[in-house]
Amino acid sequence: MSATDYGWLILAFPLAGMLVTSLGWRVLPGRLPGWIASAAIGLAFLASIGALVQIQDLPAEERSLVDSAWTYVATADLRADLAILVDPLSVFMCLVVSGVSFLIHVYSVAYMSSDRGLARYFAYLNYFVFSMLLLVLAANFVLLIVGWAFVGAASYLLISFWYRRTTATYAGIKAFVMNVIGDVGLVIAAFLLLNETGTLDYGPLFERAPEVFPTDDGTLIAACLLILVGAFAKSAQLPLHTWLPDAMEGPTPVSALIHAATMVTAGVYLIARTHPLFELAPTAADISAIIGTATLLFAATVALAVTDLKRIIAYSTISQIGYMILGVSVAAYGAGLFHLMTHAFFKALLFMGAGSVIGAMAGLQDVDRMGGFRRAMPFTFVTFTVGALALAAFPITSGFFSKDEILAFTINRGGWFWVLAIVGYVAAGLTAFYAFRMVFRVFYGEPVPEARELEEGHIAHGEPQNPMTGELEDTDVGFPGPEHAIAERSWPMKAAMGPLALLALVAGVTQIPGATDVIEHFLEPTFEDSRFHDTAPTEGSELVGLGAGGLIAIAGITVAFTVYLRRPGTTDRLRERFAGVHAFLVNKWYFDELYDAVFVRPAATAGAFGRRVVETDLVQGLIVGGATGIVRVGTSLARTIQTGYLRAYALLLLLGLAGLGLYFLIASS
Amino acid sequence: MDVVWFLVLSAFIFCIGAAGVIVRRDPLVILLCLELMLNAGNLALIAFARMHGGEAGQIFALIVMVIAACEVVVGLGIIVAMYRNRLRIDVDEMTELRG
Repeated sequence: MSATDYGWLILAFPLAGMLVTSLGWRVLPGRLPGWIASAAIGLAFLASIGALVQIQDLPAEERSLVDSAWTYVATADLRADLAILVDPLSVFMCLVVSGVSFLIHVYSVAYMSSDRGLARYFAYLNYFVFSMLLLVLAANFVLLIVGWAFVGAASYLLISFWYRRTTATYAGIKAFVMNVIGDVGLVIAAFLLLNETGTLDYGPLFERAPEVFPTDDGTLIAACLLILVGAFAKSAQLPLHTWLPDAMEGPTPVSALIHAATMVTAGVYLIARTHPLFELAPTAADISAIIGTATLLFAATVALAVTDLKRIIAYSTISQIGYMILGVSVAAYGAGLFHLMTHAFFKALLFMGAGSVIGAMAGLQDVDRMGGFRRAMPFTFVTFTVGALALAAFPITSGFFSKDEILAFTINRGGWFWVLAIVGYVAAGLTAFYAFRMVFRVFYGEPVPEARELEEGHIAHGEPQNPMTGELEDTDVGFPGPEHAIAERSWPMKAAMGPLALLALVAGVTQIPGATDVIEHFLEPTFEDSRFHDTAPTEGSELVGLGAGGLIAIAGITVAFTVYLRRPGTTDRLRERFAGVHAFLVNKWYFDELYDAVFVRPAATAGAFGRRVVETDLVQGLIVGGATGIVRVGTSLARTIQTGYLRAYALLLLLGLAGLGLYFLIASS
Repeated sequence: MDVVWFLVLSAFIFCIGAAGVIVRRDPLVILLCLELMLNAGNLALIAFARMHGGEAGQIFALIVMVIAACEVVVGLGIIVAMYRNRLRIDVDEMTELRG
């Protein structure tokens, strides 16, 4: 089988899994839908490996294969095929997406096993992975946009999976609206590119772009910025990030899926995929780098202050995606995608650990309520700590190599990119701090009652509450089921977290500066047309960067250790001292309030005005009322003629004829 | 004889018929008056045919007779239907068309 055959299989398995689980929800007993869905994604992962093997057999310059199933649209000026592109970049993304998604599926089998909507859940999950793989494998903008919109729809379905939870449905709507803003940007970008180059297929488009556009052409910058709108909406970058923390309303494995494997990496992929355009429009790439840097700093500061465990991890995702966006914007494609991969490992792991802790807390997510789970949950403790180490970029973990490589590339660009790199290092320190803030607050300290209970072998069982509002919830569709799952007691959860912990620790060895360059080497055929192909930082500077990054990580962890373990209470004093700053951070820099004031309230006011004045008075009163009034008056006039008397009709007829005759007589004489 | 006399006579008969249709309430009489109007028309047609010496007017007159016969059939049918339904034989009673 050729690589493209494997490419089609990668798409076929999740689609089939979705159809089987969704159509068979009535007949599939117990956990079976979960296993079917997991098997589908597992097979997709195997197909990705098949594609990898096939593509590695080809000579480097022939590693970009396009295969078309059928012509989707064919008109005079536009031809779009249902075509997939199998090249190192898409194979890499398929491997990461399907591999991590497979483990998340396995984890979900245990975590969601007592939820009544298990089959629905897994059908959505498979649909999500299918959409993401479609997005990644698309060979033209048309199919990319299809996958892009599918991912948005799937995220909506999964975030509001517990549809009786009001906060969850609002979060779903928010995510969908934000994503549609991005979709619109991407569609307009595609129109602009089609208008200028006459094609939407990646290959011809990127070949033609340098001929059509001079460097920094206005139209191209506009197109790139619109692509960025799409990328930022999916990847939750400023200012379109507000949906991501709210997306925590979905089940925890869904958060893991959105943050690690599917959705949020789409923006990074898109920028990497369209890198020939961004290199022709350096202004757009610079804007992207600046926004990525601003986002990574912003999200890191918010993660210092919020107390919801899942939201801390959510903000860390926004921050880490900021690093990736910075990476692919400064032409460090290999580094950016390498960070995408390591981030997928440790972020999925952190969410799985968080899910396990939340299970032990009977659904509570507030870190203020947690503490001392170290002895009660040894497995979760170890794996979560590994994830936190990787997130903090502790030396020799995977995040260490990937994050510092991005920053090394940024420094290497010189000029004002230095500023971005320094901001990146500052945020790296904050990252290490908040990563271990989670570890120390959840697993160390005085054990909370739930932890003591668990040490005695009994999982706490509280009333099902909405973690945001405290309302009681419907266990039919509003909770991970009546039973709580923790990793210590469910082997599928362990089976998913174990490999991820291992990968989060050691995946860095694929890309040690000067020693191994597996990822960059593998992706080289996709990016060798890059202008910056030969400007990689020297090994020496990369090693210096690594040293600095490692020191910053250790410093951050040490500060967290001092503040939370050696001298507990420091944070309370700090909070009192800097109440304003704390409120600013806890309220996420007031972005939600700002959007509420700028967009939501005016729109609501305009809507109310429209309903009260335009609709009631103008439309109903004047237009509809006026039209019906005219008709009513006219018909009542006409009705008076209709007497029903035969003789009256005869008279009218005669009078009419006589009038007509008279008219012709006068006219003729 | 001048054609004008025929036309004057025709107009008289037509007006008598029309007045009858408008004034009378008995459907049978209305039918008779209609017949008068049609025949007034026939008279005018024949008069013109003679004046021009052609046969087209005469053929028209024949056709009008056929139509008159049809109309009488329909009209009498309606009157019989009214009678069968025990309705009063009076056109002013039939006002279903009122708007």
